[in-house]
Amino acid sequence: MNLKDVIVCRCEDLTLEDVRKAIAEGYISWDELKRVLRIGLGPCGGKTCRLLVLRELANHLMLSVDQVNYRPTVVRPPLRSTSFEVFLKEENG
Amino acid sequence: MTYDIIIIGGGITGVSIAYELAKKKAGKILLLEKEFLSAGSSGSCAAGIRAQFGSEFNIGLMKLALEKFEVLAEELEYPADRIGLWQGGYLVMSSSQPEWESLKARVIVQHRLNVMTEVLTPGEVKYRFPDVNVDGCFGATYHSKDGHADPFYTVFAYGKAAERFGVEIRKRTEVTELVRDDQGIKGVRLADGDTIEAKQVLVATGAWTHHLMKTIGLDIPLWGERHEILITEPVERVFSPMVISFSLGYYIQQRPHGSFIMGLPPEQKHRWFDPAQFDISPTWGFLERMSDTVQRILPRFKGLNIVRQWAGLYEITPDSHHIIGPIEEVPGLFSAAGGSGHGFMYGPGLAPIMAEWMLGQSLSYDITRLNYQRFAKGELVIEPAVVG
Repeated sequence: MNLKDVIVCRCEDLTLEDVRKAIAEGYISWDELKRVLRIGLGPCGGKTCRLLVLRELANHLMLSVDQVNYRPTVVRPPLRSTSFEVFLKEENG
Repeated sequence: MTYDIIIIGGGITGVSIAYELAKKKAGKILLLEKEFLSAGSSGSCAAGIRAQFGSEFNIGLMKLALEKFEVLAEELEYPADRIGLWQGGYLVMSSSQPEWESLKARVIVQHRLNVMTEVLTPGEVKYRFPDVNVDGCFGATYHSKDGHADPFYTVFAYGKAAERFGVEIRKRTEVTELVRDDQGIKGVRLADGDTIEAKQVLVATGAWTHHLMKTIGLDIPLWGERHEILITEPVERVFSPMVISFSLGYYIQQRPHGSFIMGLPPEQKHRWFDPAQFDISPTWGFLERMSDTVQRILPRFKGLNIVRQWAGLYEITPDSHHIIGPIEEVPGLFSAAGGSGHGFMYGPGLAPIMAEWMLGQSLSYDITRLNYQRFAKGELVIEPAVVG
């Protein structure tokens, strides 16, 4: 398997190689990887990549996925990309 | 193990001062961060940087910071596209005649310090920035060197550079209390009970500073306040300035990456001193207020999709300026916190001066008025050009 050919994040065009390299550099949490790769910060909001990345972290740290350090209390709405117009009070009366 | 200096806090303030101290060969330096670098307010901020302030003191300081941002990628040996410096200018909008008069008065001060802000009529704003709706605008000021830098990468870049100069950085290491005796500061105690000794300790923990100082009986007037931000999907780069209003509170900018980042001050302001109170959950009301603002100010972009909203803490002091420098009652103890919404942009400018201060050298820019003794003396530092 060529790690360069495995797309992990479609929004930011990141491969498995990118993810493993960042983990090897010491960015060993979901929140740090978000910041250094912008993974999970695209339009999908991490719904595609997050579990894949957590599994990579779990393998690296030799933990189970539920033990991998991330901030479960930090919620980042909206659930899916939503236009400003949807929230306009005047137009929606 | 004894260190010369322990720095608590892995945000812009902590990492930049760690780097500047190490560059000056200040000895064995340890930086402790309870989560990871940029986990707190630096990593939640809106990424704006500007010299368009109102007081001579702040204009001069931010001019230094902007000059530092301009050479930062090279100095820290970090990819420039990651530092993400974008000098598309800040367009400061007025929404009343009195506000317009005061903006113009500030420009005179800015020019005196060689910050060459332009004064634009509503017609000129319309011509230069056709996407901006000038209804209700009495005029705007524009400084082309203001703009944006990436807070995550800037913090990481400082962290890496500090490590190259020998700073030891320990992530996921929480300091639970400071340790002092009659002579002064002794070190810090960690969550696991260990004590680490140092000759000097710098507290650079943002909104958490009050809590940490309280562990040795100090009452630092600094609190956290929730501010909300959102970001859109990235689109082609079409809009260059940060458009901002001090009176209405909004700020909106397209990042180099293509997304639009924007915020508004909170409707309800809390003063949180205790970290147990810190609440950075997002609100529905913010989405409505922000959407309304976009429709009014930048109507062309109201169809953009919001990808994410979040909140972070402003670390506020009674006069909205840093509390920085030595804590006189406890020799060896220093603070550098309380940027009141501007910690990220000031960081690179303040760090070299703070390093000088900690090492007993003469200061290249006089920031001594930001010492916390000012509150006891009643010598507050006043700055008119701030958002809510």
